[in-house]
Amino acid sequence: MGVLLAILFAASVAVAAATGRMAALTAAAMQSAQQAIALALGLAGVMALWLGLMKVAEEAGLVGLLARAARPLLRRLFPEVPPEHPAMGAMLLNLSANLLGLGNAATPFGIEAMRRLEELRPAEAPAGVATDAQALFCAMNTASLQLVPASVLALRAAAGSRAPAEILGATLLATACAAVVAVTAAKVLRPLFPVRREEEGRP
Amino acid sequence: MLRHALELASAWAVPLLLAGIPLFALARKVKVYPAFVEGARQGFETAVRIMPPLVAVLVALGMLRASGALDLAAGALAPVLGRLGIPAPVLPLLLVRPLSGGGALGVVGDVLRAEGPDSYAGRLASVMAGSTETTFYVLAVYMGAVGIGRYRQALPAALLADAAGFAASVIVVRALFP
Repeated sequence: MGVLLAILFAASVAVAAATGRMAALTAAAMQSAQQAIALALGLAGVMALWLGLMKVAEEAGLVGLLARAARPLLRRLFPEVPPEHPAMGAMLLNLSANLLGLGNAATPFGIEAMRRLEELRPAEAPAGVATDAQALFCAMNTASLQLVPASVLALRAAAGSRAPAEILGATLLATACAAVVAVTAAKVLRPLFPVRREEEGRP
Repeated sequence: MLRHALELASAWAVPLLLAGIPLFALARKVKVYPAFVEGARQGFETAVRIMPPLVAVLVALGMLRASGALDLAAGALAPVLGRLGIPAPVLPLLLVRPLSGGGALGVVGDVLRAEGPDSYAGRLASVMAGSTETTFYVLAVYMGAVGIGRYRQALPAALLADAAGFAASVIVVRALFP
């Protein structure tokens, strides 16, 4: 991200030098910085409403209920994890919290899941290399199956959309595609990434 | 049929959750108001926490636009992007989304302001932002927590999922909002 930003800044200045728009560039940089703070404040109301609601859901035990519903699916995806192992519980809670958009709650569950999966590492697998279960779990997490993307909703409301929520169905469909591809790819690509490299010389 | 179901889900999801969750919580004897206030505080903190990345990304985009670099890039890439159904203002999102969650919100905010939230570009940016997570951040946090340096199939699988999420966003937005 740092590299990307540096390149974007430098490219803008270079192009502005070529097109003679240096003054406009400076003004735009200052204006944009102000707009960023205004935008974040515009988000704050909807984010507070949503995370407040989700905290209520969490205390009412909705995360646990979702976790129970997702258990059969996760058992099938992780046959190498014993169903009653704590790793299974932590993964279920992580995915359920993510589904509700509870990022703050999901991360500790996710880290706990990774630790518990570490306990299941086969004796012959070298440390510091992801096991199949850990790779699949992380890949699933990067696809962000989420029922209501609150921050996008907040941005749309702040921008004065006529129907901020009209993109929810479309988002759910798109994120479901991403999740299916994540799981399939993590399973299919497994043979290409052996736990041990055949030759030490390979990068 | 599917389109109708998705429209219905979009319209009803938020109101149902707003009414249903507090009632459900009451039935389970949760102290609803203190819980709400605690969560809302986290929501406000989130808004404050994303300010720094938002400043960085919006300044970069503002400079790109003012210098004329965005028009140049858009002109050069227009034939390719046009065929893929991706308007030029949405292009930065493809780069930023896997790297920074706050940055991605910055790009979406920029598109919504410049193109309007109910335009094709505005809807597409909204759906794309919600279709995947901040891939590199998630991998770094979870793998790093247990000292794993070799991610194996996790990285290509995650990046393929990002690409699939973006492609699906284009298809779904085009189908649902003609």
